Amino acid sequence: MTNPLILVTFFPLLGVLALLFVRSDRKTLMRWISLLVSLVTFGLSIWMLTLFDKANPELQLGFNLPWIQVANWNISFIMGVDGLSILLVLLTTFLTPISILSTWTAVEERVKEFMIFFLLLEVGMLGVFLAQDLFLFYIFWEFTLVPMYFLIGIWGGPRRIYAAIKFFLYTMAGSILMLLAILWLGINQGTFSVPDLIKNGGIPGNIQLWLFLAFAAAFAIKVPMWPLHSWLPDAHVEAPTAGSVILAGVLLKMGTYGFLRFNLPLFPDAVKQAAPWMALLAVIGILYGAAVSYAQKDIKKLVAYSSVSHLGFVMLGLFALNAQGVEGAILQMINHGLSTGALFLLVGMVYEQTHTREFSVYGGLWKIMPVYGTVMLIVALSSMGLPGLNGFIGEFAILLGAFGSKAIGSPWFAGLAAAGVILAAVYILYMFQKMFLGPEGSIVEDVKKHGHALRDLNLREIVTVLPLLVFIFWIGLYPKPFFDLIAPAVEKLLIAFH
Amino acid sequence: MTQSDLFTILPILVLIVWACVLLLVDLFIPKGSKKWTALLAAVGLAGALGLNLAQAGQQLSAFGGMVVLDGFSSFMTSLFLASGLLAVALAYGYLKRMGLERGEYYVILMFSLSGMMLMAQATDLFVVFLALELLSIPLYVLAAFARSRSDSEEAGLKYFLLGAFATGFVVYGISLVFGATGHTSLAGIVSVIQTPETFSGTFNPLLLTIGAALILVGFSFKVAAVPFHMWTPDVYQGAPTPVTGFMAVGAKAAGFAALLRIFVAALPSLSADLVPVLWGLAALTMLVGNLVAISQTNIKRLLAYSSIAHAGYILMAFVNFGNPKVGPDAVASALFYLLTYAITSFGAWAVVIGLEKQDGKGLEISDFAGLGRKRPLMAAAMTIFMLSLTGMPPTLGLVGKFYLFRTVVEGGYIWLAVIGVLTSLISAYYYLRVVVTMYMHTGEPETKREFWLDLTWELAALATVVLSFVPAALFAWASGAVLTIF
Repeated sequence: MTNPLILVTFFPLLGVLALLFVRSDRKTLMRWISLLVSLVTFGLSIWMLTLFDKANPELQLGFNLPWIQVANWNISFIMGVDGLSILLVLLTTFLTPISILSTWTAVEERVKEFMIFFLLLEVGMLGVFLAQDLFLFYIFWEFTLVPMYFLIGIWGGPRRIYAAIKFFLYTMAGSILMLLAILWLGINQGTFSVPDLIKNGGIPGNIQLWLFLAFAAAFAIKVPMWPLHSWLPDAHVEAPTAGSVILAGVLLKMGTYGFLRFNLPLFPDAVKQAAPWMALLAVIGILYGAAVSYAQKDIKKLVAYSSVSHLGFVMLGLFALNAQGVEGAILQMINHGLSTGALFLLVGMVYEQTHTREFSVYGGLWKIMPVYGTVMLIVALSSMGLPGLNGFIGEFAILLGAFGSKAIGSPWFAGLAAAGVILAAVYILYMFQKMFLGPEGSIVEDVKKHGHALRDLNLREIVTVLPLLVFIFWIGLYPKPFFDLIAPAVEKLLIAFH
Repeated sequence: MTQSDLFTILPILVLIVWACVLLLVDLFIPKGSKKWTALLAAVGLAGALGLNLAQAGQQLSAFGGMVVLDGFSSFMTSLFLASGLLAVALAYGYLKRMGLERGEYYVILMFSLSGMMLMAQATDLFVVFLALELLSIPLYVLAAFARSRSDSEEAGLKYFLLGAFATGFVVYGISLVFGATGHTSLAGIVSVIQTPETFSGTFNPLLLTIGAALILVGFSFKVAAVPFHMWTPDVYQGAPTPVTGFMAVGAKAAGFAALLRIFVAALPSLSADLVPVLWGLAALTMLVGNLVAISQTNIKRLLAYSSIAHAGYILMAFVNFGNPKVGPDAVASALFYLLTYAITSFGAWAVVIGLEKQDGKGLEISDFAGLGRKRPLMAAAMTIFMLSLTGMPPTLGLVGKFYLFRTVVEGGYIWLAVIGVLTSLISAYYYLRVVVTMYMHTGEPETKREFWLDLTWELAALATVVLSFVPAALFAWASGAVLTIF
């Protein structure tokens, strides 16, 4: 059991086990255990990275154990990592300790359960990115619902129960259709192993389209693509900060990753047919998300809708079906995880002090919280795609890919999407201006009335966001190492579409 | 009667003799120490279970082909005896607490079990009828066991009247089948269908179809399939909760055992006529069971509708009964699903009993509020059961559904599978409501700590999770229990 993938995926379970034996009033100990375990998991994933051969487009470090092999069941415990998933694995292990750090003072109630669910969620997410057997994948995929449901439902805001159930039912609705498609594949192709299924191919064209749609139902809801996005704002607004960070940072990527890992290679004919339509939905999502973001009065809701817009870019890049588009899309998944994760963290930090997310009461925070303001500015600029920061690289590659895409068939999609970049600047700068510039908002006085003034970020909070800033600059200034990891696997994936 | 005949029905024999002896022994056990009766009953059940497991792998036919011992009967018998043991564990503290402690409970339970076991072994319609009565009549008594409570009396009477009605259908069906083929033994029926000229009378296929349909209706009452489910919520609610748990698993499984045996082994030739009916029955049962469950506020009624819904899922396996390629797999998936349902459902009933108070109090879903804080383990177990009934990982429920849906898709009934998964989605809503109440509402639930009860839900929760990771052995067991086709 020294396989790095097994270790990375299941190491957080050790933390769960340890937490079970901690007395429930020793909250700090629990936080340290969880932080430490998630940091070790991150370390293990770095170890995995060092073993990873980036020139090799195939699945690596994999292993294949027979699991359920009776009565023509052909289910194996297959895991593997390649350029499509390695960055997402790293993103997951990277964001988890950061999220845990952000809960240090924000979560005081039922800390033990919180941390247990959080670590279980990490196991589920890592499993989703590493599983290469459809049955195994489905188990991890559905499993992530359970801890997230509890995180929203127990530690969330006032409408948490509604949001949690909506999140659960929406996501399950898509995945049960995928379940039927998985069953069909397993029966008719005789295996659930994804590499084998891709190798065998030979799914008739008309059935490909149905299977594509069934898988797409699960993934499009998760992304979420317009018009299936309505669970997202509710879930984001009600979720606790750490939940929002993981939800935006990783869970949404499970949807885009699903398209990349399953839909594209398994149903190439259907993908070609569907590409213009997917691009259309993606562009609508970009523009719609941006427009609705601008209309929000709640900061978290604004960020939530901006996710709809940003994930639209990712989808556009994926269905461009050329190297720039797909590579850009993968990088943009990471970028969105970093930028939007950071935005949610920052919103959470000020919310902890003010207990409100209404724009109208904010204003002039820059003077009072200069460090916070600077960090927020960088993150906001990265989110709107300013050159030199990470968002630009991803969006530029996607637009480049979409312009020249034969699969989409028209440069107009890219043209409209480019307008989305401008709209992003509008709503993000609007938010920044409302919160940080202008005269002091009423919240400053309100907080003073309760006996303490607004304070700037403390050391723990700076430590929480600093790693994110490092990557925001790194990817923005020197993205080559990241593209190097992605490119070979994408090349291989796209052979079917040349 | 030969030695081999007796050996074939040895577990049933042991159980009945043990029950008769226990009935006498119970007279000498003083009123306050009925725990000895429970213990002795458990020993008898465990002994029969041990015998049954020791017989596994044997293929015997006895009493002129009226009963058999095969993989199917051995699987079902294990399931029945295990659920009997669980019903004893659930009742042990409950009866005392509710002031119902009488030794007859255990004896009647054992009689009912012997009927179920006979049902699994029956290969003759007469024996099916005999077994049906043997399992039903004690259950009517058990449903009314809390006889000072009017709702328990109502449950007993209602169950009796509708049960008798259902038995009427079965008997009438049997007589028509006999009229059509001149046989009551399944092997004889098959031989006449295959070579009608061997029959001295005139073989009447229409009569056979009508007879089979009536048998289907009769057993649809027993397994609580829509539209023959009306009795279920009231009976499940009124009966003492351990009995409810036993009925939900044991009686349902017995009904399915009979249906599987009769239809798969003897009547696959009727599939063209009956499949549309079964298709509709399954779809309707899943839809109605799940939709009506949404509006329930009482946990016993909720679980009653959930058991109706699960009967619908198992019925899905039946649409393949005439398909020689998928049929055996379909039977195995039905058996596996029954097993997963049995474990999960007994666990859930155990938690319900842990919260139940005198006079049927503590049974509203709102009474579960705050359980997540008060009894974290118990709430976690209940969450596992609810997730398993929904079909979420990492629980056996998902594996069971996966298996079941697989055979349905394989048989080409893709729309039935779509209805199945969509109704699972509906079911998530009401199962989650229980979870929401336990964790997200505040309250001070009163719970009981009783050793056997707690052990039941603890083990059930553990099994539900752990077995979902290593289901291969259970799969093999279930697919080894495939029926021999005559």
